[in-house]
Parts: sequence; C-alpha cells; structure tokens
Amino acid sequence: MTGALDPARRMVLGLAGLVGFFGLWALVAASGLVGKAFLPGPLEVAERLVTLLHTSFAGGTLPQHLASSLQRFSAGYLLAAAVGVPLGLLMGRFRLLDDIVSPLFDALRFIAPIAWVPFAALWFGTGFGGPVLIIFSGAFPPCLLNAYRGARQVEPRYIEAAEMLGTPTHRLILEVLLPAATPSIVAGLRIGAGLGWQSLVGAELIVASTGVGYMMVQAQSGVATATVMVGMAAIGLVGVLIDIALRALEARIHNRLERA
Amino acid sequence: MSSIRFDAVSKSFGAGQVKALDDVDLAIADKEFLAIVGPSGCGKTTCLRLAAGFEFPTSGRVLVGNAEVREPGPDRAVVFQQFALFPWKTVVENIELGLRNRNMPREERRIRVMEAVELIGLNGYEGAYPHQLSGGMQQRVAIARAYVLDPQVLLMDEPFGALDAQTRVVMQEELVRLARRNPRTVLFITHGVEEAVYLADRVAIMTRRPGRLKEIVDVKSIREAEGWERYSRIEDVMDLESFVHLRTHIWRSLREEKTGAAH
Repeated sequence: MTGALDPARRMVLGLAGLVGFFGLWALVAASGLVGKAFLPGPLEVAERLVTLLHTSFAGGTLPQHLASSLQRFSAGYLLAAAVGVPLGLLMGRFRLLDDIVSPLFDALRFIAPIAWVPFAALWFGTGFGGPVLIIFSGAFPPCLLNAYRGARQVEPRYIEAAEMLGTPTHRLILEVLLPAATPSIVAGLRIGAGLGWQSLVGAELIVASTGVGYMMVQAQSGVATATVMVGMAAIGLVGVLIDIALRALEARIHNRLERA
Repeated sequence: MSSIRFDAVSKSFGAGQVKALDDVDLAIADKEFLAIVGPSGCGKTTCLRLAAGFEFPTSGRVLVGNAEVREPGPDRAVVFQQFALFPWKTVVENIELGLRNRNMPREERRIRVMEAVELIGLNGYEGAYPHQLSGGMQQRVAIARAYVLDPQVLLMDEPFGALDAQTRVVMQEELVRLARRNPRTVLFITHGVEEAVYLADRVAIMTRRPGRLKEIVDVKSIREAEGWERYSRIEDVMDLESFVHLRTHIWRSLREEKTGAAH
C-alpha cells in the first residue's frame, strides 16, 4: 500500500495495536494456559512497577537502577560522540587518515557490542568501565560514519571558497565542514544513542553490579517474572524518550538549516 | 607586479580522454581587465580554475606574478557563479573570514570590512544571512569578500550568470565603476559578448573544445578613443557605433565556433 494515511487515522490504528496487544496478553495470562509465575498479566506488571518506584530490589529502587544505567549510558555515549565525530570529520578531509583508519574500522564495527562483553569485563571490570566500553562500541560507528559521510558530501564550492580565502585546516574543519555536515552528524548522534542504549542494557545483564539490567538478572534467578518485565518496559520507555528528544533536536536543526 | 600568464597550457580530464585546453598562451598585464568568451564547454572556466589553483595543467605552466600556481590562495580571489557564500555565516562573517585567516587584529578588520560594505553597497545588511538576500545582493557579498583581501588578481567565473537581466545590468555598471576606481588584474569568464565588451580591456575568444585561443580583441583603445566613459549607463554605451561594431565582430567570430563553419 502506498500513500500516507492522515495523522488521526494513524493514531487510531496505533492505539488499536496497543490495545490489541495488551488485551491478548491479559487474555492469555487469565486463561491459565501459561503458569502465572511465567506470564503475569498486565495489571500485575503495572502494580509491580508502582511498587518498585519506592521499594528497593537488588540494591535499589527502579529509579535508582535507571539512574545508574543512564549514568553509564551518558559516559559511553558522550565518549563515542567526542571521538567519533571529530575523527569522522578528519577522515572526510584527509585521504591519508581515511585510508589508514577505514579498513580497521570496517572490521571492528562488525563485532557486535555483546561480543565486546568478555573483553570489556577482563579489561575494565564489571563496575563502570566495562559497560562504558560496551556502550561505546555500540554508539561509536554511527557517530563516526555519519560525520565522515557528512564531510565527504560537503559541496566542493564551499571548500574551494574556503581554500581561496586562505583558511587554515583547523578553521576549515570547524567553520566549514562541521556546519555543512551538521544534519548528517545529528542523524548519526540519534542512531548512535539508540544503539548505545541497546548495548548498555545488554552489557548490564552480564557485568554490572547495579542498573536495570542487573535488576532483571537478579529477578530472573528468583523467577520474579513481573520484575523482569518491568525492567523491559523501563528500557523500552527510556529508549523511546531518548529517541524523541533527539528527533526533536534533529527537527529543530533541520528547520534552521532549511531556511538557509 | 600582478600579471597572469598561461604558458603553453594544456589540460586533459579523465586519464587524458577529454582534452579541455590545447596549448593556450595568454598574458594578462598588471591591472588589466581581460574577459574570455567562448562556446559552452570550451574550457574557459578551466582557465580560471587553473589560475585559482583548483586544477593543475597537464602540460605547460600558469604563473601569477612571477610564481607558478601551486595551490589556491588569497592572492587570487575568486568570485564564483553560484556565489559560494557560507550559508551559516552572516554577511560580515563571510567577508571577514579571509582577513581572520591573515590574523589581522579585530579593530583593523572591522574597519576594512566596513569599507568593503560601503564600497559594494551592502549597508544595512551586515548581520543578514545569505538566504535572506536576493541573488544580486549575494553576489555583492561575494565580490566584497574577494575585494577586501586586496588580492593581486581577481578571478571571476561568470559572476552575473545566475542573476536576472535587470540585476545583471546594475551589477555590470557597478563593477565597471569599481574596476575603474580601484583597478585590479581581472580574469573574467563569461558567455555574454556584450558583457565582455562593456567590462573588459581586452576580450579573448576561445575555440570549441579542445579550447584554443582564437583571437584577442583590444577594446580598451577603442573605448578610450571613442570616450565611452562619458556614459554611465550601459544602454547608452551599447548604442554607440564603436560598441556595436566590436560586439558584432566578436559575435561573428564566436558564431563560427558554435556552428563549426570555420572548420
């Protein structure tokens, strides 16, 4: 089917999907086909969520676990952006650097973040450093790739104009490549945030001693399925919020540049 | 001394398959305004890009002053057909970038930029962004950005080609005023014969690809002898018999190239 539906209809359909999902879930849980310990109903999960907001489980309340997850996420993500964006811009400008880094980068980026877990644990431990490396490995590739593509696609006349004005390299990168590549960079930052957040929670399932992932692993060993599902819901929700925030930023930057 | 010299310059693209320029010898004297006209794709823009240092000859040499061109630089300011202003910089920021690159102190820079703004007629637009300006105003900014560098030579690549007819006339008149008051060595690329005759001291005509120099027409001696400078309006100059004569001569020469009748 082609053509976009109008927004109101899309919202109704989206709502119908959610209601259908929760209805089916409630039905299966109530039918007794699956044991209650394995599939608690939606209401039960919601109750558990409210309880976890103020009751401690596995060393902290849900907000406390989320806070420590977000802390790791921020550290790994900011590191990925701080290294990836400048390196990508430089690779877009200097052919030599591109030729040196690209093959290495292409090989490394096919190692999934989860595959970094044992190495990260060995080198940086299960506290803060290990998970930070894992989220870095998830967020880094899109940050670098988009900055690189953005820099490569800058219209040659801007670079020629800057060169004929005698612009030194650092200024050419900061005042010409960076602003021209901004839409591409912001898109990369958004994709990187999503991948980073997904990698972090995966890493916490194994290495961390606090965080949402840790909470879920503890709940799993006690067959507290409702708590596991609360963790999943929290991860999904925070992921959506991060994405919405970065989409809004992206839209604002696009609007500003569109006028130009 | 800020002359431009093409010394037996040939240029091929794509591993030698497309020959754009064939053995071009051309000298533009200090403070001379030379226009190159030629059929589309004859390599006239390539000439300018070689002088700018954006491209390099396959054989021969391009000299500005007495030095061979090896890279782009602010001694050879370029005005592009599509303006090439930085959209994220204001008018003043665009104009002053070249001066900042020279590490000129802020106060001196401000004075120089304001002089250029005044000279090119951009007062009141200092803080505007390029997209807020008309095409004519944008090209004024680009000319100011080039002039403020006080370059040895100005390289203008069909600078008025993207403007509407009325704006083009205004800009041509202003450029003449600027060029006579503040003479520079100018290499001006155009496919407009009238524009070339009106602006230039000499007009070089190029052949079809591969571009060769066909003929150089001296406009300056006729302009001075016939006293074109008495008229400030372009249409008055264009009505003069001497102008019409030159225009027709160049047009015929060019037409032979376009239809290939001469070969």
